Amino acid sequence: MQQIINFILRNKTTLLYLLLLSLGMAMSIQSHSFHRSKFLNSANWLSGSIYNTQTDITSYFNLREENQQLVEENTRLKKMLYNADFAPATETVIDSFPYGVIPARIIKNSYALRNNYITLDKGAAQGVEQDMGVITSMGVLGIVEYTTDNFSAVQSLLNTKSNINAKIKNTNNFGSLKWNTLRFDVVQLEDIPRIVPLNIGDTIVTGAMSSIFPENIPIGTIQKIDLQTSESFYKIDVALFNDMTNLQNVYIITNRDKEEIQLLEEKINDDQ
Amino acid sequence: MTNNLYLQNGLRFLLLVLAQVLIFNRLNFLGFINPMVYILFLYWYPIKPRRSVFMLICFFLGLTIDVFSDTLAFHTVACTTMAFFRPAIMRFVFGVNYEFQSFRLSNTTRVQQIAFLTFLILGHHAIFFLLEIFSLSHLLLLLKKIVFTSVGTLVVGTLMLTLFSAEKE
Repeated sequence: MQQIINFILRNKTTLLYLLLLSLGMAMSIQSHSFHRSKFLNSANWLSGSIYNTQTDITSYFNLREENQQLVEENTRLKKMLYNADFAPATETVIDSFPYGVIPARIIKNSYALRNNYITLDKGAAQGVEQDMGVITSMGVLGIVEYTTDNFSAVQSLLNTKSNINAKIKNTNNFGSLKWNTLRFDVVQLEDIPRIVPLNIGDTIVTGAMSSIFPENIPIGTIQKIDLQTSESFYKIDVALFNDMTNLQNVYIITNRDKEEIQLLEEKINDDQ
Repeated sequence: MTNNLYLQNGLRFLLLVLAQVLIFNRLNFLGFINPMVYILFLYWYPIKPRRSVFMLICFFLGLTIDVFSDTLAFHTVACTTMAFFRPAIMRFVFGVNYEFQSFRLSNTTRVQQIAFLTFLILGHHAIFFLLEIFSLSHLLLLLKKIVFTSVGTLVVGTLMLTLFSAEKE
């Protein structure tokens, strides 16, 4: 017994190091699974408020560009509105749409890591929930992974865990969108069968397969097509419409019918 | 005097974390170089105090940075490891000298100081990016990230050392 205590006392620094090391490793391995720790992410109260204060100050520097983008978007939407066949949407019509939009602002963004997360200044108190889609006026950005009262953490497209249903515009050939970590402006589209005719420059949009994003939200254009003779699926590089390095205002998409769809899908899974 | 030491290190902890998450994490020089200057905490921390306390502080330093940058526990592991190996690195760089009571960082040569910092940075970045990339199939990417970010951190770190030298004479 004496010897054990002596041993512990003699090696207490090493033992402490091993303890801390295993604690750290346990946390990083745990964070590889889908749900991360509740408090240990940048959407918590402390880091959220600090990032929020910083964005309050720095956001002034981009006002001109942001305004320009908003005007462009408004122009596009107005064009659509004036050219619509039906009468302008009234309140009641809008209420019956399944999709809603919550505007939010990015307070922290990263793109140099392998698993990038974006922090937004809207949280559960504003109606944001896990698994809601996040887009900008240019295209898809990511999916809400965790929310606190006033902030939320978004799994960016530039995240190896990201997997978004996407398709070639005006067709129904869909695949899944992933990221190989090499470039922050290029993501990869997989599982498109080789019989599909493709051209460089074709537009990629979100598919109808998920309840997270509405169909036909732009993602990017095809930059490179890789098809080996022995393979039955394309490997496609997609250049993103979004400049992931310079983002500020985003929209969070809510889907009223999501629960119903998920319930239905669960039923099918149970039956199988 | 001891009070002053606590205050100094506490303030340093706070300022380095803020500088790291508010400035250097957003730098993205050439698209991916984000110098990790908070490693200077390990450089500046007094030599004599108990190692276990030092390691615990470094653990929390890493954890704080991790929480802010959503890289849970990569910084923590790297930072704690470097805290554990710091005495070994110091013995290697400064020789037996460093075990004497009168040893001060400011009394060593510039080359020794930079060598010490370089070893800290290289070890820290190697561990960090190994964990972050977590596969040896991207060996080239791993080496690229380690080398370039280390150079970035070294340049910024040396500048900061010159600007805010801990022990003025």
